[in-house]
Amino acid sequence: MKLGAITTSVSVPSRARPTGWRKMMQFATTQPLGAAGLVTALVMAIAGALAPLIAPYNPVAISFSDMLAPPSWEHPLGTDNFGRDILSRILYGARTAIVMGLVSALIGSTLGAIIGVVSAYFGGVVDLLIQRVVDIFLSLPIIVLALVVVAMLGRNLVLGFDFNLILAISIPIVPQVARVVRSSALSIREMAYVDAARVAGYSTRRIIFRHMAPNLMAPYLIMLTAFIAQAILLEASLSFLGLGVTEPSPAWGLMLAGNAVDFYRQAPWMIIFPGLAISLAVFSFNLLGDSLRDWLDPKARLR
Amino acid sequence: MIAPNTLRMEKSASPGLVPVGPPSPGRALLTVNDLHVHFVQAGGVTRAVEGVSFSVRQGQILALVGESGCGKSATALALMRLLARPAGRVVKGEVLFDGVDLLKLSEAEMRERRGRDISMIFQEPMTSLNPVLSIGEQLMEPLIAHLGMNKQAARARSIDLLTMVGLTDPERRLEQYPHHLSGGMRQRVMIAMGLACNPKLIIADEPTTALDVTIQAQILELMRDLSRRLNIALIIITHNLGIVARYADSVNVMYAARLVERGDADAIFARSSHPYTVGLIDSIPRLDRPRQGRLSTIEGMPPDLMALPAGCRFAPRCPHRVDKCDHDPSLVAVEPGHLSACWRAGELVTGALQARATATDALLSIGPATAPVRVTVQELKRHFKVSAGRGWFSGAATVKAVDGVSFDIRQGETLGLVGESGCGKSTIGRAILNLDAVTAGSIIIDGQNIADKRAREVRRRTQVIFQDPFSSLNPRMSVSEIIGEPLAVYKFEPDAQRIEARVQELLGQVGLMPYMAERYPHELSGGQRQRVGIARALALKPSIIVCDEPVSALDVSIQGQIINLLDELQQRLGLTYLFIAHDLAVVRHISHRVAVMYLGRIMELADRDELYRNPRHPYTQLLLDAAPVPDPVIERGRRPRVAKGELPSPINQPKGCVFSTRCPMATVECSQAVPALRQIADGHYVACIKVEPC
Amino acid sequence: MLTYVAKRLLMTIPTLLGAAVLIFFMLRVVPGDVIEVKLRGDGASVTQDVIDAERRRLGLDKPLPEQFTSWIAGLTRLDPGLSMWTGKPVVDEMSVRLPLSIQVAVMGALIATLIAVPMGTLSALYRDSPIDYLLRIFSLVGLAVPAFWFGMVMILLLLWLFNWLPPVIYTPFHVDPIANLSQLIWPALVVGIRYAAVVARMVRSSVIEVMKEDYIRTARAKGLAEKVIIIRHAMKNAMLPAITVIGLEFAFLMGGLVVTEQVFNLNGIGQLFVQAVAHRDFVLVQNIVMFIAAVFVFTNLAVDLLYAAIDPRIRYR
Repeated sequence: MKLGAITTSVSVPSRARPTGWRKMMQFATTQPLGAAGLVTALVMAIAGALAPLIAPYNPVAISFSDMLAPPSWEHPLGTDNFGRDILSRILYGARTAIVMGLVSALIGSTLGAIIGVVSAYFGGVVDLLIQRVVDIFLSLPIIVLALVVVAMLGRNLVLGFDFNLILAISIPIVPQVARVVRSSALSIREMAYVDAARVAGYSTRRIIFRHMAPNLMAPYLIMLTAFIAQAILLEASLSFLGLGVTEPSPAWGLMLAGNAVDFYRQAPWMIIFPGLAISLAVFSFNLLGDSLRDWLDPKARLR
Repeated sequence: MIAPNTLRMEKSASPGLVPVGPPSPGRALLTVNDLHVHFVQAGGVTRAVEGVSFSVRQGQILALVGESGCGKSATALALMRLLARPAGRVVKGEVLFDGVDLLKLSEAEMRERRGRDISMIFQEPMTSLNPVLSIGEQLMEPLIAHLGMNKQAARARSIDLLTMVGLTDPERRLEQYPHHLSGGMRQRVMIAMGLACNPKLIIADEPTTALDVTIQAQILELMRDLSRRLNIALIIITHNLGIVARYADSVNVMYAARLVERGDADAIFARSSHPYTVGLIDSIPRLDRPRQGRLSTIEGMPPDLMALPAGCRFAPRCPHRVDKCDHDPSLVAVEPGHLSACWRAGELVTGALQARATATDALLSIGPATAPVRVTVQELKRHFKVSAGRGWFSGAATVKAVDGVSFDIRQGETLGLVGESGCGKSTIGRAILNLDAVTAGSIIIDGQNIADKRAREVRRRTQVIFQDPFSSLNPRMSVSEIIGEPLAVYKFEPDAQRIEARVQELLGQVGLMPYMAERYPHELSGGQRQRVGIARALALKPSIIVCDEPVSALDVSIQGQIINLLDELQQRLGLTYLFIAHDLAVVRHISHRVAVMYLGRIMELADRDELYRNPRHPYTQLLLDAAPVPDPVIERGRRPRVAKGELPSPINQPKGCVFSTRCPMATVECSQAVPALRQIADGHYVACIKVEPC
Repeated sequence: MLTYVAKRLLMTIPTLLGAAVLIFFMLRVVPGDVIEVKLRGDGASVTQDVIDAERRRLGLDKPLPEQFTSWIAGLTRLDPGLSMWTGKPVVDEMSVRLPLSIQVAVMGALIATLIAVPMGTLSALYRDSPIDYLLRIFSLVGLAVPAFWFGMVMILLLLWLFNWLPPVIYTPFHVDPIANLSQLIWPALVVGIRYAAVVARMVRSSVIEVMKEDYIRTARAKGLAEKVIIIRHAMKNAMLPAITVIGLEFAFLMGGLVVTEQVFNLNGIGQLFVQAVAHRDFVLVQNIVMFIAAVFVFTNLAVDLLYAAIDPRIRYR
């Protein structure tokens, strides 16, 4: 009796390996909303990056002759109370929003993921200690936590970006991601394939990086995308409160800060457009995050 | 129209359940004609049921048999009009119940019949009852909804029902919630709920698959007795041919959405006239026959119901395939009352075509008693604390998962470790693999304690095959990465090319094609995954393999393939196995010696043939009695003793002999001291004070 | 039951104490405090003696552990110290502003729950129907729109449609309910919207999950009416995870207040917090944070108790 007999009659099906491009196309066809979110986010990022080339005006140039001008051909979205062009400020603001959002979410999620994995893998006292601290952080709304960090650190400009502000936005993200990644890591640690790797006598490092980490990429990516949206929102809120990005840097939240009721009547465009920009950015990253979750969810793909 | 039934029920509600004789032939209660069920999903249309017809008479027990995905459950749900909406739909057919086509009724009319005329019992007793409603609330619901009873009447009737299904202390049960009850007790509640309104038909969808074998026997005996006594027709849907042989009057075999054979149980088992039925019966290991060599198996896999082959659906796997099989065979009578959908059914039923696999050379002789001992387990204990409640201040209880177990395994031998869930068999496996720390005792392999840091080499030579083929492979690694990883890590092969070659060699050894190397686990079937798991273990050049329920998640026809593979690998590579399973027949087939466990202790340990021929421990005897054999003639001759009671919780273990609470022979002294495992004959050990050495 | 509550109350102490330690020392990691900002803020030359005297008055000259223990001791007597900026007792500063904030929070929570629970349920029961799409759009938008901008748009709309602005002076509810509500209903709507979006999503997915459960199939097989199945069998189970989210989000609603009060120019706890942060008034910051942590801990406790009352699997010991 030959062992191969069972399958010898089966012809070899030809089958292309999924490439990056194919995966993208598959994502676009199965998750059209997510793809739309991705495209919108990309357009915003590009617009921000090319702001110096495409913005019609200098975003900080004050022109009292153009004060509170309504939308027109010259100023498509109108001007503010210093006569600055709102479209230009929104384009430059996209820079701030995307950079701050991306960097903060990346720092926060990565730190959170590392803490989550460490906590789950080592267990015992380490886990208990980390979890207690995480629980305490989780009992505060993220904006409150961010404000505490602002109060603690003050300001620290690096390369035109307030590094302390980035910290203030990233720190509240850390415990959130840590909790989710820890629970994913715990369930992966219980998987039979991790047991099999331990039985094979592989090193701890190999088990964490080769067997556990790749399976944590999905929750990590989903959290990262969701927290880019959160970070953009948080940056806007802090700037709105006057505790984030400071004048004269163009930032969406800042454009809405300190507006007296007078302007509501005289120049509603000052209020409407920056808010729309924030909403659209957050919306598109949320959409992308949701679709990524549906797409990467192992439950949906298994069997 | 309800009242007379109720009266009759009350009269016969005596607690002792006496089986009454076979059913008197009556008119058809339910007739299914040409039923077609489709599931419409994004990926396409799954033709789950195609042209199924059958009928059930009053008081008859009909079995619908087949492997997973054959359409048996979809058929049952279609009868009740409970197919998952909006995907599942009946596209054609009629279901005549008492002369009325259920498929044509309005939803309200159908609802009236559900739970009143037709009841259904599901597979998962753990999830089939609502966790936040009390047993009483759930039991009284149909009584109030269908029979218009008031609360008092419904309560009184509920107490009667719980008594009827053999639950003690029924009044207290009414106040309890599902989580207070064990799986077996929950299934009794489900049965009570099904009986509530005196139905004419009960459909039971794999009612005992989630239960242990002794509990399974209790539940099925109860269902049969009730069906006979109350003249209720019963449709049992199952994959277990033993259950079919023991309980069914009439059998319908399904394969790939179609009915392939129908007949009374005797005819189906004695004169199977469809090659699939033949293959199914032959591919299960038997308790009632001496072990043969290889299991005969059905090669290949069932077809994809989204892309079905033309002609006979079994043809690609059929050993008797002829040209004619390119055309669909229809279900025709081969003898009175016995139908088959096979072109060669006539030849099969007369025996002109030799279908039964002739017993091949008995590959496996008893392992040499002189072979060196490879594994020694001494007084192994594993206890762990579980918190008894939520929060920091609640107390902890100790679970004694394994409590003083000793045995050894010789070179080239397979030791079977068998027992019901929670008996500690898997815990022992994990301890031998050094996955969990032990509380006390030692495990010595090749003279080295495996807990010793220096015993790395010994640990590498001890490998594992897991039960769940879905979680045992890393979903992010391709098959070649999974199998090749140990080769690279341990530098068994010098370069990538040689690794590649070795991976191909290993794939061949486990019966997989070379192109499978590039696949990812989710692209493989359960059986293929299990083969990859075996190849991964082999890549580490093991000499000892712990097989932890390696076939229990697989369908019968695939199970046989894997068992044969394990058998052959042992022969060829001289492997030593610890084979952990709950299926007594599988263990009998593959093991040289067998240890029976109960609640963390070994009850009996003996050579395979000795143990199955001459079981001495009352627990072993009960286990063997409880397991049905796929042969109705033999089953009729058995008077199964049914184990009483439930498995005790491992937190509150009985004092003395752990089995004393369920043992038919138990006396006072049994609960006084833990009986030691004594040798009563050469190599036959029993832990029972009632067993005399011979 | 009583012992269970008592035990759970006891268990809040270590959590709150942990939060106190963390907040207190976090704020003091970086040197520098409000005194210098306050006294030298306008470039005024102030002698070191004056600063030291002010420090002594506020107890800032003592070592940190001592400051911490005296703060905690003060907390237990409801005397958490003096504001570093105004020099007034923190209790006074906070108690003036609390009623307004609490009222907005509770109204926001009520509005959100009343919208979210029925909407989430309907959306789940009629999956992929227009109402479901409406809810999904609502929750995605609700999560994307910043609270402060939503507040501004609301003011804009009130202006445009009615040429009317909500009153800016706070009137307690018991003095004049109409005046009170006409001021506070708007911020309540604003903080409620995000809350509603989150809760509605949760309710929707929870109901969808529950409707797939085996016991729902059992109930159908019993021949119960769909209405009975949903109300008796599904809702009780589906509400369990929803209650958790409603509770959690109530605590996080405080976060929404921080910006919303700014938009509507409400003199509440959120605005006090923003001022405290801007002034680096650590004493005030740490006390407000402790208050928010306490709200979280106690809502959690309430949720757990409610959970235990609904779910028989959870037994108080």
